[in-house]
Amino acid sequence: MSNAWLLVLGANSDIAVATARRFAKEGWNIYLASRDMDNLAKEAANLRLRYEVEARETFFDAIDFASHQAFYAALDPKPAGIIVAFGFLGDQPAAQKDFSIAKKIMESNYTGAVSILEVIAQDFEARRSGFIVGISSVAGDRGRASNYIYGSAKAGLSAYLGGLRHRLAKSSVHVMTVKPGFVATKMTAGMDLPKKLLASPQELAEAIYHGILASHNTIYTKKIWRLIMLIITHIPEKIFKKTNL
Amino acid sequence: MKLTAWGQYPVIDTKVILPNAVLAQKLVLESSVIPFGNGRSYGDSALAPNIVPMLSNDRFLNFAEESGLLTCESGVLLADIIEIFVPRGWFLKVTPGTKLITVGGAIASDVHGKNHHVEGCFSACVQEFTLMLADGAIVRCSREENQELFHATCGGMGLTGIILEVSFSLKRIKSKHIDQTTIKTGNLEETFAAFEAYKNFPYSVAWIDCLAKKADIGRCLLMVGDFANDGNLNYKAKKNVSIPFEFPGFALNNLSVRAFNWLYYGKVRKRVTQSQVDIDSFFYPLDALDHWYRIYGKGGFTQYQFILPKEKSLIGLKEILEQISSSGKGSFLAVLKLYGPANENYISFPMEGYSLALDFKIDPGLFALLDKLDEIVAYYGGRIYLTKDVRVSKTIFEQGYPLLDKFREVRSRYGLNKRFHSLQSQRLGI
Ligand SMILES: Cc1cc2nc3c(=O)[nH]c(=O)nc-3n(C[C@H](O)[C@H](O)[C@H](O)COP(=O)(O)OP(=O)(O)OC[C@H]3O[C@@H](n4cnc5c(N)ncnc54)[C@H](O)[C@@H]3O)c2cc1C
Ligand SMILES: NC(=O)c1ccc[n+]([C@@H]2O[C@H](COP(=O)([O-])OP(=O)(O)OC[C@H]3O[C@@H](n4cnc5c(N)ncnc54)[C@H](OP(=O)(O)O)[C@@H]3O)[C@@H](O)[C@H]2O)c1
Repeated sequence: MSNAWLLVLGANSDIAVATARRFAKEGWNIYLASRDMDNLAKEAANLRLRYEVEARETFFDAIDFASHQAFYAALDPKPAGIIVAFGFLGDQPAAQKDFSIAKKIMESNYTGAVSILEVIAQDFEARRSGFIVGISSVAGDRGRASNYIYGSAKAGLSAYLGGLRHRLAKSSVHVMTVKPGFVATKMTAGMDLPKKLLASPQELAEAIYHGILASHNTIYTKKIWRLIMLIITHIPEKIFKKTNL
Repeated sequence: MKLTAWGQYPVIDTKVILPNAVLAQKLVLESSVIPFGNGRSYGDSALAPNIVPMLSNDRFLNFAEESGLLTCESGVLLADIIEIFVPRGWFLKVTPGTKLITVGGAIASDVHGKNHHVEGCFSACVQEFTLMLADGAIVRCSREENQELFHATCGGMGLTGIILEVSFSLKRIKSKHIDQTTIKTGNLEETFAAFEAYKNFPYSVAWIDCLAKKADIGRCLLMVGDFANDGNLNYKAKKNVSIPFEFPGFALNNLSVRAFNWLYYGKVRKRVTQSQVDIDSFFYPLDALDHWYRIYGKGGFTQYQFILPKEKSLIGLKEILEQISSSGKGSFLAVLKLYGPANENYISFPMEGYSLALDFKIDPGLFALLDKLDEIVAYYGGRIYLTKDVRVSKTIFEQGYPLLDKFREVRSRYGLNKRFHSLQSQRLGI
């Protein structure tokens, strides 16, 4: 697959870094797109030195919707694969009181993805090739008191990705939804999470890479989360309301 | 989180501060922090109530093809450098007997290898590094800039701050093979003579049969070598074999150690043999066994490594080997090496002379034996290697390191002693 380019959006995310490395190891060239350019430049150098591929850093802000057309137009060559990794967990209690925080959570996880992916989908549809990976979350499978604003944005993203998959299937473009459970990244640093359910960014990267090879539609990582969420989504509201999830 | 280093002793509870964008803010809130590399130090050098695990700080940043100067972050493993750069014709100038250590750990212990008598310690190939100090500020250290911090940090066991980015030189090689000569000797005098005779080889190290008695004391296999010239750089790291579980305590009794040492020594028949071996078997024989420490059972083990000034080496080593042999305590591994001159770093281990490293299972009576050996080491003006140590006394340690006060002074002047401590530094009052 060498000479093909992968575009990683939100490339400073720990999951994104691990995934970019996994693809670079197979010879993919990488566009690293995010906001912290110093960090991107270092990772780009790392990819070039470790894997002898091309890597370029480029500025991208998921919630600056107006910039998305121009951002994508400037990419030359055009990418053959996309990873949407940007996201923002935010603070649920704070978001309940301050709508600007809630808005940032919704835009960083949902609106921003719709805005950039519609631009990309048009191009992929016309070229009749490519793949898109969207990192959503198990939090989108059912709203819970502890993080339902983030969860609702991810639910929106999951539904959006499902629809996009439906539309693009006719054009041989594959869309894969990734639903991580807990991942040990800077987003979850300091949280006390159960070890057995906690994946490393490298595990995510491995699952994403193989998921794309196998053209999976939706993957859960770790796999056990599919079962956990199946159970959680089937708990009757009556009982669910009394739980402390 | 539970944490231990290579010797599996001690095990402590520790809190983790990640080396990311908010490291500086988090760091200044704590008073006992130490960086943690890949935990290949044997004792308590990398253990503290708060650690900064450096492995994720692992980006390669630049490589200058003409000069061989590599710039990378401090959590990069030497194994990664080898995997990437040997096929391109480059190798580490200085490497210890394991490639599973970080660049930061290599600087902090100022590690050395089989070529110490030619290339010196790891710091010799380091041009500069950036260091996060006690207040979270980041400074550049080299022989020209912040020299004192440079000389304190090389060999400074993480006690001077957190090494972040490092620029150091690699060396050109023309092969992944090493032409090796093995010399079998019958006693310590012969061993010393062999080291002198083969001094012109860039790499040399001896495996000592430390259970040999009387006239045989100090007999060894001396292995010397240099990179071949055949242009074959097709290097792939060897796959490892793992030791699946802790051996029961009796597996390592005196008899099995004796059998091992004898087999190792007895296998080689001729006095001098030639062979060609690859990088992994020449430099990193122990890395081929994952978790090899498990042969020592659950109680943990330690490595006793000391060095004696050259003119006292023969007499001192004889006394020490006699003590060990008559104690009946086995050492699976005993490695002897002739070192070149000391460098300017304040508490680096090497000095001109002979160093011996021995592994021991930790059991009752071991520390009493090691205390006795310490007396001999101190008497002859030698010192103990901190990165292997878990038990030396403050007095013996201080006697061995004449520039320790300079190190302490730099630490206190920069306020580093208010932030950075390991169990070891506390034990030894560093
Ligand atoms: C099989 C084996 C063979 C060995 N052979 C040799 C040998 O031949 N020669 C030799 O010299 N040593 C040898 N060693 C010892 C080893 O090289 C050192 O202990 C080395 O420092 C371990 O590096 P690490 O990355 O695992 O660091 P750790 O063990 O995690 O830490 C070691 C020290 O480095 C400090 N440190 C780590 N990272 C940083 C950082 N980023 N900034 C500041 N301080 C830091 C820690 O605080 C600690 O004091 C050997 C060890 C093993 C297990
Ligand atoms: N960690 C988990 O447990 C977990 C679980 C389920 C799902 N997820 C999802 O997985 C994805 C990756 O998570 P992670 O844990 O790897 O994240 P992370 O390490 O916390 O990084 C998130 C990254 O998103 C980028 N980002 C945020 N807002 C952005 C914006 N407006 N424009 C561009 N980039 C923006 C940031 O880039 P800059 O640094 O450049 O600002 C940041 O580095 C996220 O979508 C997250 O919701 C994570």
